[in-house]
Amino acid sequence: MSGDILVVVEHRDGVILDTTHELLGGAAKLAAAGGGDVVAVLLGSGLAGLAGSLDGASRAIIVDDPGLDAFSPSSYLAALVPLVRERAPDLVLVANSGPGMDVAAGLSAALDLPLAAYVTDITLDGGSPLVTCQLYAGKIQAAVRFEGGRGIATVVAGSFAPTAAGVSPTTETVPAASTDARIRFRGLHRPEAGDVDITREAVLVSVGRGIGEQDNIELVEALAAAVGGAVSSSRPIADSGWLPRTRQVGKSGLKVKPKVYLALGISGAPEHLEGMRGAELIIAVNTDPRAPIFSVAHYGAVADLLDVVPALTARLGG
Amino acid sequence: MSKELPVIKVDQVNELEHAVVDGIDISGHWNRMFSQRAISDYPTEAMDWVTSLAGGESLRDCYQCGKCVPVCPVQHVGDYGPRKLNAKVLRGNNLLDDPDLWLCTTCGNCYRVCPKEVDPLRIMPAIREQAVLEGKIPDELSDVFRNLQKSGNPMGESPRKRIDWVAEAGVDVPVISQLGRPVDVLWYVSDYTSYHPRGKDAARAMARVLTALGVDFAILGPEERSDGDSARLAGESGLFELLAEQNIKAFSKYEFQRLVVMDPHAYNAFKNHYPRLGWAGEVLHYTQFLAPLVDDIEFRSSVELDVTYHDPCYLGRNNGEYDAPRRLLQAIPGIRLVEMPHTKSNGYCCGGGGGGMWLDGFVADHVSERLSERRVREAVATVGMDGSGVLSVACPYEPSRFEDAVKSTGNDGRLDVRDIVELIDQAMQPSGS
Amino acid sequence: MDYVVLLKQVPDLAEELEIDSAGTGLDREWMSYVASEWDEYALEEALQLREANGGTVTCLALGVATGDVDEVLATCLARGADRVVKVGSFDESPDSHAAAAAFAEALEPIPHDLILTGVQAIDDLDGQVGPLLAARRGMPHLSVVTHIAVSGDGRSVTAHQEYAGGVVGEFEVDLPAVLGVQSSREAPRYAPVSRVRQLLKTATIETVDVAGGGPRSGLVVESMSVPETGAAAEMIAGNAQAIAERIAELLAERGITGGAAR
Repeated sequence: MSGDILVVVEHRDGVILDTTHELLGGAAKLAAAGGGDVVAVLLGSGLAGLAGSLDGASRAIIVDDPGLDAFSPSSYLAALVPLVRERAPDLVLVANSGPGMDVAAGLSAALDLPLAAYVTDITLDGGSPLVTCQLYAGKIQAAVRFEGGRGIATVVAGSFAPTAAGVSPTTETVPAASTDARIRFRGLHRPEAGDVDITREAVLVSVGRGIGEQDNIELVEALAAAVGGAVSSSRPIADSGWLPRTRQVGKSGLKVKPKVYLALGISGAPEHLEGMRGAELIIAVNTDPRAPIFSVAHYGAVADLLDVVPALTARLGG
Repeated sequence: MSKELPVIKVDQVNELEHAVVDGIDISGHWNRMFSQRAISDYPTEAMDWVTSLAGGESLRDCYQCGKCVPVCPVQHVGDYGPRKLNAKVLRGNNLLDDPDLWLCTTCGNCYRVCPKEVDPLRIMPAIREQAVLEGKIPDELSDVFRNLQKSGNPMGESPRKRIDWVAEAGVDVPVISQLGRPVDVLWYVSDYTSYHPRGKDAARAMARVLTALGVDFAILGPEERSDGDSARLAGESGLFELLAEQNIKAFSKYEFQRLVVMDPHAYNAFKNHYPRLGWAGEVLHYTQFLAPLVDDIEFRSSVELDVTYHDPCYLGRNNGEYDAPRRLLQAIPGIRLVEMPHTKSNGYCCGGGGGGMWLDGFVADHVSERLSERRVREAVATVGMDGSGVLSVACPYEPSRFEDAVKSTGNDGRLDVRDIVELIDQAMQPSGS
Repeated sequence: MDYVVLLKQVPDLAEELEIDSAGTGLDREWMSYVASEWDEYALEEALQLREANGGTVTCLALGVATGDVDEVLATCLARGADRVVKVGSFDESPDSHAAAAAFAEALEPIPHDLILTGVQAIDDLDGQVGPLLAARRGMPHLSVVTHIAVSGDGRSVTAHQEYAGGVVGEFEVDLPAVLGVQSSREAPRYAPVSRVRQLLKTATIETVDVAGGGPRSGLVVESMSVPETGAAAEMIAGNAQAIAERIAELLAERGITGGAAR
C-alpha cells in the first residue's frame, strides 16, 4: 500500500476528540511500515488553529466553510465525497461513532469503495491492508481484506494508541466542493450533573443485566458502600431507568479509568468495553464462561453475582 | 364499557318516630331506612363483557358469601381477593387496567370452597388474554413470553443447553432420538429442572433413582419445549398452543408407554389440556410413578431430618394427588414427617402459579410479603424452630422460590429446601457419602 | 406521513456461535434467529410516530431463506403495521451493500417520507444498511438517533444523535430521510402469539422481486474466529464464598480494605 491514509477528524466544542488522535496514531504506524502519507481531513469553519495538534498526520487538509461550522452528515458528505474521490487514498479511517457511521457509509456508496466496520486492528499483509473486525457483540472476529486493496474502515475506540511524535502536519486549506444543508445542527445537550461523577471514583462497582431485578441494585449499593466506591452500570440498566444515565459506562456513556472496576453481570459488549478497558484492575463476575468481558478482565469468576456480592459485602465488613 | 352512568336516584327515605310492631315498641336505628334499590342501578356491561368470554361465565354466579376470603393466599398478604374482583366487575370496573388482574396465582383454593363454583382458573386466563391482546401486560411477563416463544424455555437459554445437567448425573441419561427404540418411560424433565442450578440437582437425583430401579427411560433432550401452562394461565393461550404443537410433534415421533414429569404444571397441561390439542397419553407426576415402586428402592442410609411437605397447588389441590409424595417421604428411613397447618387441600400457595413465577417484581408492590416468604415462615414454625428442618417440595418452581424466601426472611440455617427425589437419592447413598 | 421500517433477523446470541469448516463463516447447523433488536426499536418508533401524527407504517424485510421472515413480518402486523412487503429472494442474509441495493429498488413504488431502521445490527461487517440505502437514494441520513419528532409542516423531523459521555446533538432533518434508531421511547410492544399465528395464516404479505447482481461489500473474509475469552483473565475457582475471599484479597493488595468511609 503506497498510497495515502486519510483520517477524517472528529471534533466538538473546538476540541479534537481522543478517537481522532487514536486513528492518527494507528495510521502513522501503518504509513511507517508501508509508505504513503497520513493525511488528516479537518472540516469546519475558522478552525485552522486545531490542525497543529493533529499529531501523526504529515499533512492536513482543512476544509473551511461556514456551512461546516458544526457537524452534519449531509454537509460533511457533500464536502468529503468529491475530496476523497479526487485525492484517491488507499485507506480512509473513520471513528466508529455516530458521525463516523454516517460519513463512512456515505463515502462507500458514493465512491464504490469497500467498507469494513467495527475494526479493532489493521496490519499490512503483502502490501495491502488486513483488517480485524469485531462482530456479534464481540463474540466473533473476522480477518478481512478489501477487494482491490483499497477501502474504508470504521474503527472502534481504543483500538490504537495516539502517537506523541510532537510534529504538526503541513496544512492546505480548501473550500467545500459542495454543500448540502438537508441536515442542520441545532445544538448540543449535555446530561445534568449527577450526584456522583463516576469518572473521578477510584473504585467502581458496575452492574449489567445479570443483576436481574431492580430490587437487587441495593445489594450492589451495599457493596459499593463497603468498598468505598460508587455504583456504575452498563447501558441496559440506564435505559431501564434503574440507575441515572450519569452512571452509565461505555460508548454512549462515560469513559472511566478507576483503580478497580468490578464488572458484575456485564457481558462485555464492545460498546461497554470502550468505556472501561483502561481501568487498572478489572475483576469480572458472570455466569457465562464465554462472556467477552473475560477477555479484558484481569481476574474473573464464573458465578452468579447475586451470590458473590452479598458474600463479598459481608467479607468486607459491610 | 359505558361511561354514561345514570344519575344516582335519590332513595326514598322512610322514617318512623316510633317503630311499633304488634303493640310493642321496637324502635332502634332501623327507624330510618332507604327504600329498596334495584341491583341493575349498576351498569352491567362490565360483567356482561367478562361472562361473554369463553371461561369467564362463572364470575356472575358469585353471591358474595365470602367463603373465599380466608382461603385466598393473596388475601393474607394484601388487599386482593376473589370476592373483591367480582365486586369490582359488578360495579363496572375495567379489569384490563387493574393491577389486581395479575395477582391471582390460580391456586384454586377459592374454587374449592365456593358454593357457586366460581372458577378463577378459567376466568383469569380469559380476561388476561384480552389484556395481552391489548398489550396491557407487565413487562416482566412479556419478556418471559418472548423467551418462551424464541427458545422454548422461560429463561431464553439455548435449547441445546437443556441437557447440560446430564454430564454430572453420574449415570447414563439416554436421549430418545439417539436411543432409536421404544421405551417404557419418556421422562419429561421440564424447564427449571433442566436449567436452574437447584433444578439440575433434582434432575441428577432423579436420573440416579430411575437407574437404580432399572427403569427403561429416556428424555427428549433439546427437542423438549416448555409445557407453557403458566403462560396459558397468564393469558397467552396462543403461546401455549404453539408450545403444545412443538411438544406433541416430538411426542408423536417416539414410542413410549407413559410420560413421567417432574413439574405439576406440566402434569396439568399434558393431562388436562393436551387431549383437546391432539395428544392423550398416560401422564404421571414423578411421585405417582415412584410411590408404587418405593419398596424396590434400596435405602443404604438413614436421613435423620424433620421434614414438612409443601403440596404444590397443581399436583395437590388442582389435581387431587396428596398421598403419593407422602408415601415416598414416609418410606425414607429416618425422616420425621410433620404437617404444616395449611396442608393438603388447604395448602398455601408459593406464589409461582398462574404466571406469578414471572411477576415477583410487579406483585411485590401490592403485597406486604411474598407468598413464598409467608409459607417459609410457616415451615420454619413447623420444623425449623430447633436447628435445621427441611421443607420438601415436588415442583421445580419451589426450590428457587423458597430458598430466596429463606434468605429474605432471615431464616438461613433454619430451613433447607429439598425436592423429595433429592431426599430419596440421599438415602440411597451409603452413610457418610 | 408514510413511515417505512426496514427489518432483518440476526443469529440469536443465546446460542453458542461456531465457525464453519471453511473457517470463513458461521456454522448454521444450530443457529437460531431473532429480529435484530435495533430494528424492533425502529418499528416501535414508527408506530409511536403514527399514533401521534397519523400516517401509515410499512415494513420491509428481505426474503431470506434462513430464519423466518414471514414471522417477522406477521409480528410487525400484529404490532400494528399497516402493510408488510418481502423483498427479493436470497439463500442467506446478503451483505449490507447488497441489502441496501435491494431495498433501494423495492422502495421505488412505495411512498416513503421517513425511513427508520436499526442503527446497526450485530452482523454488519460492511457497515449499516440505513446510511448505505440513504446514499443510494440520495436521501440524508442520521444515525444513533433517539427523540424523533415530526415538524409542524411535516416536511422535516428533529432528532437527537448520541455521542460519548451522554452528550447529545439535536438536528433538523429534511424529509424524505433515513434515520438509524438507537432506542425507542417505549419498549417494543408485545405481539401476542395468537395474533401472530392468526396473521401468518390470513394476512397478505406482499412480495416484490428485485434484480440480482449489483453492488456487494467488496470485502474478502480471510478467516473468522472466536476471540480467546478468559485467556486474559486469571479465573478464580470455587463457590461464592471462595470467590469473595479472593476478591477481597485482590482489593486489599491495592489498599482497599473495606468498611471504608467515603
